[in-house]
Amino acid sequence: MGSYILKRLVSAIPVLLGITVIVFLIMAMIPGDPATAILGSYATPENVEKINRDLGLDKPLVQRYFIWLGNMLTGDFGRSFSLNRPVLDEVLERFNATLILAGTSFVLCAVLGVLAGVVSAARQYGLADKLITFVVLIGISVPAFFLGMMMILLFAVNLRWLPVSGMYAIYGGGDLADLLRHLVMPALALAAVATGVVARLSRSAMLEVLRQDYIRTARAKGVPERRVIMGHALRVAMVSIIPVLGIQAGFVLSGAVYIEIVFQWPGVGRMLVDAILTRDILLVQGGVVFVAACYVLFNIAVDVAQSLLDPRIKT
Amino acid sequence: MSAFLKLLFRNRLAAMGAVVLGAILLLVLVTPLLPLPDPNVTDTSQRFLRPFEAAGHLLGTDHLGRDLLARLLYGTRLSLAVGFAAAVIAAFFGSAIGIVAGYFGRRTDNIIMRGVDMLMAFPYILLALAIVAALGPGLLNALIAVAAVNIPFFARNIRGITVGLAAREFVDAAKLSGKGHLRIILTEVLPNVLPVIVIAMSTTVGWMILETAGLSFLGLGSQPPVADLGSMLGEARAALITAPHTSVVPGLMIFLIVMSINLLGDGVRDALDPRLKSGALSRPRSMTRVDRKGPVREAAQKGLLDLQALETQFHVGARVYRAVGGVDLHVKKGECLGIIGESGSGKSVTALSVMGLVASPPGVITAGAVRYDGHDLLSSGYREMRQRRGENVAYIFQDPLATLHPLYKVEDQLAEAIQSHHRVSDGEARERSLELLRAVRIPNPESRLKNYPHEMSGGMRQRVGIAMALANDPDVIIADEPTTALDVTVQAQILALLDDLRRERGLAIVFITHDFGVVAQLCDRVAVMYAGRIVEEGPTKAVLDAPAHPYTKRLIACVPELGGGQRELAAIPGLPPSVDDLPPGCAFAPRCHKARDACAQGEIPLDGTPPRAVRCLYPEEAV
Ligand code: SF4
Repeated sequence: MGSYILKRLVSAIPVLLGITVIVFLIMAMIPGDPATAILGSYATPENVEKINRDLGLDKPLVQRYFIWLGNMLTGDFGRSFSLNRPVLDEVLERFNATLILAGTSFVLCAVLGVLAGVVSAARQYGLADKLITFVVLIGISVPAFFLGMMMILLFAVNLRWLPVSGMYAIYGGGDLADLLRHLVMPALALAAVATGVVARLSRSAMLEVLRQDYIRTARAKGVPERRVIMGHALRVAMVSIIPVLGIQAGFVLSGAVYIEIVFQWPGVGRMLVDAILTRDILLVQGGVVFVAACYVLFNIAVDVAQSLLDPRIKT
Repeated sequence: MSAFLKLLFRNRLAAMGAVVLGAILLLVLVTPLLPLPDPNVTDTSQRFLRPFEAAGHLLGTDHLGRDLLARLLYGTRLSLAVGFAAAVIAAFFGSAIGIVAGYFGRRTDNIIMRGVDMLMAFPYILLALAIVAALGPGLLNALIAVAAVNIPFFARNIRGITVGLAAREFVDAAKLSGKGHLRIILTEVLPNVLPVIVIAMSTTVGWMILETAGLSFLGLGSQPPVADLGSMLGEARAALITAPHTSVVPGLMIFLIVMSINLLGDGVRDALDPRLKSGALSRPRSMTRVDRKGPVREAAQKGLLDLQALETQFHVGARVYRAVGGVDLHVKKGECLGIIGESGSGKSVTALSVMGLVASPPGVITAGAVRYDGHDLLSSGYREMRQRRGENVAYIFQDPLATLHPLYKVEDQLAEAIQSHHRVSDGEARERSLELLRAVRIPNPESRLKNYPHEMSGGMRQRVGIAMALANDPDVIIADEPTTALDVTVQAQILALLDDLRRERGLAIVFITHDFGVVAQLCDRVAVMYAGRIVEEGPTKAVLDAPAHPYTKRLIACVPELGGGQRELAAIPGLPPSVDDLPPGCAFAPRCHKARDACAQGEIPLDGTPPRAVRCLYPEEAV
């Protein structure tokens, strides 16, 4: 198993490099003088000179890429001019908040989605199945940002159960309970679509598995139905559900951008949007590379989980 | 095509989606003709009017006093146009890349697909944000970003199809005839991938509408004063609490569009899936449905397991397949009964009906009884049936690779069989599992316990299957073609093992097979099945020496040398009849060389002097 993890990590290196190349090439599409373009509204002569030195912007493209890559590998993602602090510091701080939000949503979508799918499949065409199918259809059709806004109206404004936005109360907050209260709505709004997708897939995966011969064998041995479903069938269905969970993690991460805007959550998505609007290109670049790299690593974890679950995968 | 549409619209939800989407499309097409105020004219004296509050502003006004209805319709127009354009662009470039990769293969393919994989390693929004960051905010740039992000999806799908096409003979023929690559791609490949491209577009266009709306919502797409649905929602957010209708109106519209596209897409996918038509997508329930019209006759107990006038049918749509059409069988303690027949004769369904294991839906037991020790199992519910499965009657199935759970170790599967019926500790269950493996003569049982099924040979797997059947010391074992998937030597070993176990443990065995050689080796009595009914029955030796039914006679003639391994019964001319359309009278008549008019006249009874019986008007031997 250890060697498998190592192998997957090594195989991730070209992907990570590819990500940097793609981001670099996209940024190279910026028209005009690179230094002024990158600095945007912060293009004072000192800044232009500094960034020319840091990134070697007067040098050829290939050389520039390696300078940039080398800097990043030593932890130097450049400096955000709008915030006047190192990009990496800002990204790390913001990513922490995103991780809390997206992580919670991901767990929610995995648990609720799989559970709903299993119930739906086990009660195919029954009342529970119809109800779940209906809710799922709504869930996957409502845009996360709109759902978030409607939740604010209902739960924060009308019912006053939950705070409108933010991560902590401005006065007297800061503990875990405060965080959780702020987390409920954005996490649910963010999880909705992914939960729906996972539920649909789990349902069809379960239906597929329940028709297999080994399920009949389990029943023939007299295994109680609950165990047939939650054990024998779900175990195999998970093999096809887990890769989709990996993909959904990407969608949750993407949706977090909207949710962070709607709920004023101080995450990396909101940072990126602000950075684009203030044309703080270095911050965008650093944020995108960092989050994409984390996502690649996360997917390796998914692969490892997959191989733990399915002994037929050669490790 | 019309069949497809019919299928699509039989799905009520899909039809609903189509209607809603059609209505929206119609509305945005005629928008410029409608008597609406200019969507971009501001009038601050009329800010935040509620819906229906003022004449001329049906849905009210926004924070600048602009008419919401007009903005909504023009915004929808823009959102749909942009989403659709993005889909077309993504489909064009993605398909082009996919076709090139798939058509040229090798290095080209490798390099392109590597690039595509890299792009897919991004959560989509990061890529879109990076592109917008480089190009600057704006609707056109948002469109480019969304299209670019979706290119890999098309590239990958279309490549897969093209790879298959490129290997086909018509492409080779075109190459040999000296056509250029471009011409081949345009004339041979493209027409074949086009339907797939269209389907892929229809499933992603909803996404792209949502994604562009999302970028506009973030303020990175359409710029004021022009608004699409996303930017309307984005602008309204500031007044969410004071004037919620300005948010609800565009939000609901996005929801309606996405939902109707989803519904329609699901409908299309279902209509294209042939499995749905056959009803093959339903999951079998924990026990076959029993739906008997009227009570079952009382009958004297003949054996440990008695099947009495058992009828099992498959109900698929309006069609009824009579897989088992009234079967009487009994097996005594220590006895081995063979059931022989071609595939489709109903022998397996008969066997599975005993413990309610026929997949249901579509299976239904419509008549008869299954008595274990005189007690009708079909009138008790799932609870009792579950307790008897494996404990009183156990099964051995045909292909142990498919019938053993692929992800559980042997020891877990064996222990589970025991622990489903007896409260024993894990350690005890393990001990017992080890004994079971020894009993079925598996070498190195300790290490085998730790194996997964895929790590063992077919013969070993079947031994595990048998061990599992023995786990709770059942009285009856039903073996459904247990040796068919094995090669000849292994088959002989397994048969010998079963025979020994029967003698050692006094097991009653019901052995299902299509091979008379196997029957001769193992069974005391044999029942021959044809088209869901028993056509001949008797002690094995008597039947083998003097078959009475013409069908039996030919079955035996198909076996060149008894016990010689697996053989198909294809040597009999003709096919068994389809059980949804049985002829009156003898079902074998169309294939029988002795058939006369009387054979097709009516029901032919199973007749004879016990222990023999035959269902034939002109038997080969009198019994
Ligand atoms: S009943 Fe007639 S058709 Fe049927 S097997 Fe006998 S002889 Fe042949």
